[in-house]
Amino acid sequence: MANLATNFAGIRCPNPFWLASGPPANCGDQVMRAFDAGWGGAVWKTIGEPIVNVSSRYSSVDWNGQRMMGLNNIELITDRPLETNLREIAAVKKMYPDHAVIASLMVESKREAWHEIVRRTEDAGVDGLELNFGCPHGMSERGMGSAVGQVPEYSCMITGWVKEVARTPVLVKLTPNVTDIRSVARAARRGGADALSAINTINSITGIDLDTFIPRPNVGGLSSHGGYCGPAVKPIALNLVQQICADAEIGLPVSGIGGIGSWRDAAEFILLGCGSVQVCTAVMHYGFRIVEDMIDGLSNWMDEKGFHAIGDFRGLSLPKIAEWKHLDLNYKIVARIDRDKCIGCDLCYIACWDGAHQCIHIEGHHVPESLEAASRARVAVTPIATLDRTRDAKPETPSRRIPRVDEAACVGCNLCWLVCPVENCIRMERVETGRPPESWAQRAG
Amino acid sequence: MIEPTTPDPFPDLHPALDSQSAVAEANRCLFCFDAPCTAACPTHIDVPRFIRKISTGNLRGSAATILNANILGLSCSRVCPVQVLCEGACVMHRYNRKPIEIGRLQRYAMEEAPGVRPATPASSLIFKVACIGGGPASLACAAELRKHGVSVTVFDNRPLPGGLNTYGVAQYKLRPRESLKEVEMVRSMGVDFRRAEVGGTVALADLEREFDFLFVGIGLGAMERLGIPGEDLPGVLDALRFIERYKTLPDVRVGRCVIVIGGGNTAIDAANAAVRLGAQDVHLFYRRTEREMPAFSFEFDHSKVEGVRFHWLSQPVAIVEREGRAAGVRFARTSLGEPDARGRRRAVPLPNSEYEVECDMVIPALGQSRLTAALDLECSASAILIDRATGRTSNPKYYAGGDCVNGGREVVDAVADGKRAAIGILKQFGGIAHNG
Repeated sequence: MANLATNFAGIRCPNPFWLASGPPANCGDQVMRAFDAGWGGAVWKTIGEPIVNVSSRYSSVDWNGQRMMGLNNIELITDRPLETNLREIAAVKKMYPDHAVIASLMVESKREAWHEIVRRTEDAGVDGLELNFGCPHGMSERGMGSAVGQVPEYSCMITGWVKEVARTPVLVKLTPNVTDIRSVARAARRGGADALSAINTINSITGIDLDTFIPRPNVGGLSSHGGYCGPAVKPIALNLVQQICADAEIGLPVSGIGGIGSWRDAAEFILLGCGSVQVCTAVMHYGFRIVEDMIDGLSNWMDEKGFHAIGDFRGLSLPKIAEWKHLDLNYKIVARIDRDKCIGCDLCYIACWDGAHQCIHIEGHHVPESLEAASRARVAVTPIATLDRTRDAKPETPSRRIPRVDEAACVGCNLCWLVCPVENCIRMERVETGRPPESWAQRAG
Repeated sequence: MIEPTTPDPFPDLHPALDSQSAVAEANRCLFCFDAPCTAACPTHIDVPRFIRKISTGNLRGSAATILNANILGLSCSRVCPVQVLCEGACVMHRYNRKPIEIGRLQRYAMEEAPGVRPATPASSLIFKVACIGGGPASLACAAELRKHGVSVTVFDNRPLPGGLNTYGVAQYKLRPRESLKEVEMVRSMGVDFRRAEVGGTVALADLEREFDFLFVGIGLGAMERLGIPGEDLPGVLDALRFIERYKTLPDVRVGRCVIVIGGGNTAIDAANAAVRLGAQDVHLFYRRTEREMPAFSFEFDHSKVEGVRFHWLSQPVAIVEREGRAAGVRFARTSLGEPDARGRRRAVPLPNSEYEVECDMVIPALGQSRLTAALDLECSASAILIDRATGRTSNPKYYAGGDCVNGGREVVDAVADGKRAAIGILKQFGGIAHNG
């Protein structure tokens, strides 16, 4: 059985699954129920001077009938008194000494204010601190959150102030709303950060009500840009995490955040170098109970792959990402369609013609338009037993609907394979070019 | 005071989709290219296109997509045997998945976007077409012609237009008011409707003088007779007249025990209706077996659920009379012999096998006869002969479509025939105009 126990920059916990700083980690009762469900740690919803929130606060993007592909929020940091949060943190730590409680912090950019909040939260017994330099809405207008995280010098300076007094590991949470996330990560490192969290939410406007013309979420007729998260942001998060983890100058542990909702997502972040992962949207969607399969699925996968501990596979995919110029120009794959599996939807055909390289064909037709015209010109009737000779219903796909790939013209772009709805019907298979591997870097000398 | 209401004996066979389930179902559609469902539809409705419009909330666009291909999109969504048409062709079958519920999605688009109708041009083409018969074929022909500005008059001899859509479709599939709604839409496109018997109150020669083209959409005639003693007794009512009666007259009564004779879809419609109107026992007799039955298999399955009991290999010999009314049917048992021209095995009566079944109502449903119209057009044994692609008859002034040329198919086939004939007429006119 795989061992999921985690030591992240000195913070120990039973598994790498943490609640991210956000609504699910708003109060002690939630965090304790989360730990009971199996979560290894929790980053407490950002503590600071209590604020006043608006209603409504969230909006989402649905896709293809599925709810919440992406979630956007304009909620601020905690609206609860500092004392209440500290008292509850202490109570949680007392009851769950083996679980990680990390306090997310955000106060005005004054050295004394940071010193005080660090001392008070550490006195409450937290295992670590996460500096919220990433929140892109509301707080940034007041000079906090991403207003700090977007300026490397500020990030470095405030990290330094925190490190002057901190006794526990200090994580800096990075905003993706910058041109190069590595410059802020390097600044945090210079300021003395022990670890990084990435990514915070992405600036967003999720959509506009086409009847009222008011973007969502609607607060009395006005909206405001918010922070985007959920499954939609995972590819962006993976890219930014990879940039940070691959940067030799940074060299800090990274807690991965951004669209993680399953053990598969978690495994991907860990393969790119993360030491723990944080989850918020998926819990807001389905509740704390999702962690059961995250633990179970990751353990089973690790057993299957022969990994005993998280460290056995952390970062394994990092060397497999290179600059484009190092890719082999002589590696060639082509699409092959399994005629027995093809259901004749012809999505690959039209995708190749309209969206790619015109190398998938249907016999007897030069262009898709001629195929469509021929179908429309055909006289079809309802088969009626008394009027028609009974025709045997053929469950297999008529051969005139099964496309053919011109392998000589196929560029191996993957598009047909991506659009095909049937598993393993189109396979991308390697063909020998007879030429030795050669990259652009080598060719250009 | 609240009137006591009796429950409707004919609730919708398939309930309507609500908006959320419609969008979910629409999103299951793969959006096939050159989709097999579109090719299978006799009117070639662009199915993936109208379904995609449902998924994006463009219901007006969805309804317009349907109506542009099939002016009777509403009734077709309810009466089409989708299992052997669009849904039968869905690629999902080959993927071990449920086909997309195209029929219900089409109904959703039609019902949620009322008032949508194909555009008609402001200026009219300078020729006139008469459509003889007011059923689906004529309505489709008329609408298609109006879309191109042709002036059209529909002649129908019944009190209400719509043909079998109004009078002949099982009530749990389509009600007369839905059919009449479609007639009104066609009327609103500028089609003129006249109630008249062509060849009777209106002479064919007059029509030929007044109109440039005539479209014949007269359907089929009365149901075939059994040709056995007792057929004209009270208590014997053929299926079409029975269906027409219960759909248009309130308080139609059926017997306690009803015998339906025939194995087609109309026989099944009549049998189901008898059950729903309160008959305690409904028996359907067919001279061949389940295998040879012309009714769609899903109609047969549905009828069994309704409670109709099926009896095979029995051919009626006489209607039994008691006190001046039909009181039973005498049947002879049959066996199956050699296949006929269409490949179905013949039913051969067995000697000394007669038996009697009591009942108080008999509904023969043997199919419709050809209408012997006073038309000087080339005909086959069962239908007016046309060029399939254009609907043109042996007389270039005459076009034809629907049951009178296809021998009695579905509403959607009649619509397709009418539409093709309209396009044929437009082409011929264009040719004439061009040459002239």
